Amino acid sequence: LPTERSNLAGVRHIVLVLSGKGGVGKSTISTELALSLRHSGKKVGILDVDLCGPSIPRMFRVQNSDVHQCDSGWVPVFVDQDKSISLMSIGFLLEKPDDAVVWRGPKKNALIKQFVDDVAWGDLDFLIVDTPPGTSDEHISTVEALRPYKPLGAILVTTPQAVSVGDVRRELTFCKKTGLRVLGIVENMSGFVCPHCSECTNIFSKGGGEELAKHAGVTFLGCVPLDPQLSQSLEEGRDFIQEFPKSSAFPALARIAQHILDSSSQPSS
Amino acid sequence: RAPALGVSLAECPGTSSAHAGRAAACQGCPNQKLCAAGAAATNPAEAAELRERLRSVKHTVLVLSGKGGVGKSTFSALLAHGLATDETKQVALLDIDICGPSIPKMMGLEGEQVHQSGSGWSPVYVEENLGVMSVGFLLSSPDDAVIWRGPKKNGLIKQFLRDVDWGEIDYLIVDTPPGTSDEHLSIVQYLGAAHVDGAVIITTPQEVSLQDVRKEINFCRKVKLPVIGVVENMSGFICPKCRNESQIFPPTTGGAEMMCQNLNVSLLGKVPLDPQIG
Repeated sequence: LPTERSNLAGVRHIVLVLSGKGGVGKSTISTELALSLRHSGKKVGILDVDLCGPSIPRMFRVQNSDVHQCDSGWVPVFVDQDKSISLMSIGFLLEKPDDAVVWRGPKKNALIKQFVDDVAWGDLDFLIVDTPPGTSDEHISTVEALRPYKPLGAILVTTPQAVSVGDVRRELTFCKKTGLRVLGIVENMSGFVCPHCSECTNIFSKGGGEELAKHAGVTFLGCVPLDPQLSQSLEEGRDFIQEFPKSSAFPALARIAQHILDSSSQPSS
Repeated sequence: RAPALGVSLAECPGTSSAHAGRAAACQGCPNQKLCAAGAAATNPAEAAELRERLRSVKHTVLVLSGKGGVGKSTFSALLAHGLATDETKQVALLDIDICGPSIPKMMGLEGEQVHQSGSGWSPVYVEENLGVMSVGFLLSSPDDAVIWRGPKKNGLIKQFLRDVDWGEIDYLIVDTPPGTSDEHLSIVQYLGAAHVDGAVIITTPQEVSLQDVRKEINFCRKVKLPVIGVVENMSGFICPKCRNESQIFPPTTGGAEMMCQNLNVSLLGKVPLDPQIG
């Protein structure tokens, strides 16, 4: 049971970002959600439990940072002087960035438990938990370890096409089976507007995410289009929300953040 | 330098290794006692069974990536079809992505089920000379989730190799989930008996993918799996209206080309984003 001294005692809301499918934009959405919430004046942490492919450190340009210890555990890595966004990822613990973490389930589970229990987050408005694709060790262990802290829920990310939606349907089942509330579904990479001629091409098809939300009876959080400025920002660890408010993905990302703020201010059921 | 970790960062020596449970890497692993007692090792009779089954496979190619969503399944499916155009060759496509099996949908085989015969499980044939196996065929509903920890996933992968009646195969293509974990360690271990030509590694041009793919290349080196080469997928998009090119996933650090040069592996080619594939 969480005690007064628990490292998550000061965290007001926990939001998981899930998908059955890889490469749909979980880390992207986690990052942009954190940046948006920060711009609304919130203190945010991101816990990256993708042990094989940790993307979060680079998305904030802190991939060379180290993790230090304090009395209550590990100090998360602050993104800047402001200390309004803090991160934890296995990416910070590797000697060399190209080192593969070749672990079987039990070892992954042990580290995830440490990540949940031993990071001294302090006071946070939101802790976002970025996950790898699938419904396996990392997901089971993360949900189990977080259960005593009653997460606000999960955002599920998909791309429009059937191959992704098929996996996300399974992730919805995972949420149902583990008692995790689904805050909504995001349809990412939903269309590309050519910067030269403004023609919109549905490179990864269209509409699958919205249909799934309707079919499953969960909130549809909106379509985020493919946006080269967003991809570039993530590559360079820049603050897309601050620097590119007129870019095509901005309105959709802002809407997602607003929904999370609204969900968190409702009385808990 | 790193803080006191409950688990060692070093890699698992392998559940069948002589060092299982005893290596420095085993410190803090919940399975340490089991491995030290030999409980997790492959039983030699099983290993012999696998060797026998795989005797009739001439060539095996693994399709890997550290990164999710780069096009492993897409590439595996197209490669399998491509190889099967030679009707004299027998091709098998094995999908070991247990949580997110994409192959049935991509091959137009959704809703198909696996049948059992005296000689084992029958693969699902999409052509006479192209057979497919995936956990997707074992699920009764599209909402069924396979919420399994590593050991159970490993068990199914072993069954796929041991119990499926593939017959004589010229090419076995193995589609994998993203990462460097149970599925990857297991398939390399179980295929140990077969002749594995190597791995084709899929990436997209941006650094967010490449940073994971470098890890995958290092994984291959660690387990002595030859890297046939790297494919850069989603490499540019040509607008169908104005024919101008956009880099949706920009190669900010030189793309796969630079990575291949630095790591001394072959770049097999670049495939653009094509809405007809999506």
